[in-house]
Amino acid sequence: MPEQRVVEPEYLLLEAPRERKFITGSQAFAEAVKRANVDVAIAYPITPQSETMHLVGDLYAQGYVKDYYRAEEEYGAMSAIAGAVRGGARAFSATSGPGLLRGLEAIVSWPGHRIPAVLGVMTRVVNAPLSIQPDNVEIAYLLHSGLIVLHAENQQDVFDFTLAGFVISEKVDVYLPVVVATEGFFVTHAKGYVDLPPEDMKLPPRDPYKAPVPPTDCEIPPARIQRDAPVQKSNFMSYLIHAVWQQEVWSANKRAAKWIKHYLGGLIEVVNPDAEVFIVASGCAAAQGREAQRYATMEGLNVGLVKVKSLRPFPTDEIREVLKNAKAVIVPEHNIVGWLAKEVKASIPNSGIVVDGPRVYGGMTLPVELIMDEIYKAFGIKKEKKTVV
Amino acid sequence: MGLEYVKISPGFEKYMPRDYVDLVKFGPFGKKVDVMQLGQFKELVEDHPMCAGCYMAYFIRIFYTALPNPEDTIVIGTAGCARLSLSQAAVPFVYGNYGDTNAVASGLKRALSIRFPDKHKDVVVIAGDGGLIDIGFGMTMHSWFRKEKFTTIMVDNEVYGNTGGQESGMSPKGVQLKMAPLGKKFDKINAVELAKVAGCVYVARLSPTNPKRIAKTVRRAILAARHFGPTFIHAYTSCNIEYSIPTREVLADARNREKKDFKFYEWMTDEVKEFLEEVERKEREEVKR
Repeated sequence: MPEQRVVEPEYLLLEAPRERKFITGSQAFAEAVKRANVDVAIAYPITPQSETMHLVGDLYAQGYVKDYYRAEEEYGAMSAIAGAVRGGARAFSATSGPGLLRGLEAIVSWPGHRIPAVLGVMTRVVNAPLSIQPDNVEIAYLLHSGLIVLHAENQQDVFDFTLAGFVISEKVDVYLPVVVATEGFFVTHAKGYVDLPPEDMKLPPRDPYKAPVPPTDCEIPPARIQRDAPVQKSNFMSYLIHAVWQQEVWSANKRAAKWIKHYLGGLIEVVNPDAEVFIVASGCAAAQGREAQRYATMEGLNVGLVKVKSLRPFPTDEIREVLKNAKAVIVPEHNIVGWLAKEVKASIPNSGIVVDGPRVYGGMTLPVELIMDEIYKAFGIKKEKKTVV
Repeated sequence: MGLEYVKISPGFEKYMPRDYVDLVKFGPFGKKVDVMQLGQFKELVEDHPMCAGCYMAYFIRIFYTALPNPEDTIVIGTAGCARLSLSQAAVPFVYGNYGDTNAVASGLKRALSIRFPDKHKDVVVIAGDGGLIDIGFGMTMHSWFRKEKFTTIMVDNEVYGNTGGQESGMSPKGVQLKMAPLGKKFDKINAVELAKVAGCVYVARLSPTNPKRIAKTVRRAILAARHFGPTFIHAYTSCNIEYSIPTREVLADARNREKKDFKFYEWMTDEVKEFLEEVERKEREEVKR
């Protein structure tokens, strides 16, 4: 391992020279962890995540990560992450589908416990019958918990979102966990070009005292002497404290928006802002949406793309502004419930223009043609279907 | 930082709560207190909302008196009766999710070991039979398999007391409880043997009849965990409500159980034995001096 020098997040994320590599999404997660000065990483196997935490294990063996172990199962892994972060460490873990749901009780308690950590979520079918294929319905479970949820389109996003995730997570006015979600296999096991800053640089270590909630390390005066625990009781004060706490978690979630804009260039990316018809998509669906937008432009159709990078905080105002003159909005998704379509509908006054889909699920790929069909419909173009046997 | 962190900055004494000032002046921080001095110093836990006659509350009171290093100790608990008093003690307390104590403690202890390699930061789990042996079983066992360096204390009231009296894996066979309407159909789980097999380096079972012995056991378990690996104490802490033990009878009940299935038992590895003998020999010499 090369000697790593600590550089400021601004430099590492925004200014450092970058070199182009052709790597998988799993490698992109590991490359981010390598430069993130991580103290503790805790792993538990599940396809398609496992490779990421194998690579993080290699980083531990090389000395980039200070402590690492294979946990008993995800609930144990995610609980131990909470323990390590309370103890002042910077921590990383990753999981997929059923593993995410197994660890969910712990994970969704992180925001309330004010646990700044980064969790990779490589999506996978969670419903029976069993499948290991990508389907991102699990993200729906994360949207209402106070977590910051970023959705990566490709390997480059995985790297950038993960490295920036550590920085955003530990901002004093945020102090919430960051989930970096991406589609299993499509991104984790496929290679893409990723521009990487030098590997002999790393983020400054976590400073657990620069925090709205001090670490549990017996170092911060005054000592915690709580003679009458006010929460968990059935009285008005306890309800009030809990209510205020939840409000603060969601305010902190909103406050993350400015940092996401600063480090990742915005909550959304817009292609062709003056379009008549928009595709709004996140993750892998955004990559297919990007292709559909390109095809449509080649056919002379005025189509735009809104890629949603941040699902929480959700870019309600930004989406409303971009879509103010749209005549149709197509929301392609890799799940059957259409959680993104619901969010988009709730963000604009004229939700009737939102097309529910196209959706694929159970691990299917999302052919660009499916999106094109919706684009033609939106423009009132009738296309003859050719069936090739 | 240890002791420094409980001290009050000069000039702030009059603004701090009376309780805090008393703890700093008359509490056990930085001193060696003996369980026989109870009543002569300010205790780490005083008021708590546990039931009258609760023997778990008594055990926890002795536990806090026995801490070798209260200013650098973190207690971890979970849902159940114990946390009602643990959360009101003058020692940092982590209350996570259901049955997660030994996983949280693993992460916490590792983080503290990375950040403070030259200091003893004692991590102690106190949870009930349900938390450790039912819902948290996997995490309890795996923290032992992994040789995590912290102490686990099971306050075994043989029932889910806090949720209204349901059967637990530690309830004795045949006992009729909620969710066991026809009586429990399998034996009380042998937690002590499990702990030994799973890799604990110090294991004890006790019924809290002798405060000096409780204190000594707690202290030994914490000191051994610092250097050698996981340690475990299985303490009988009866539920006088669900088992209908008259308040005046709880001590008699504890003595009775001590004669039966909670006879004092202590097991440790040879290296732990050697270490503790050395520590205790030095302490005796200090007292003589």
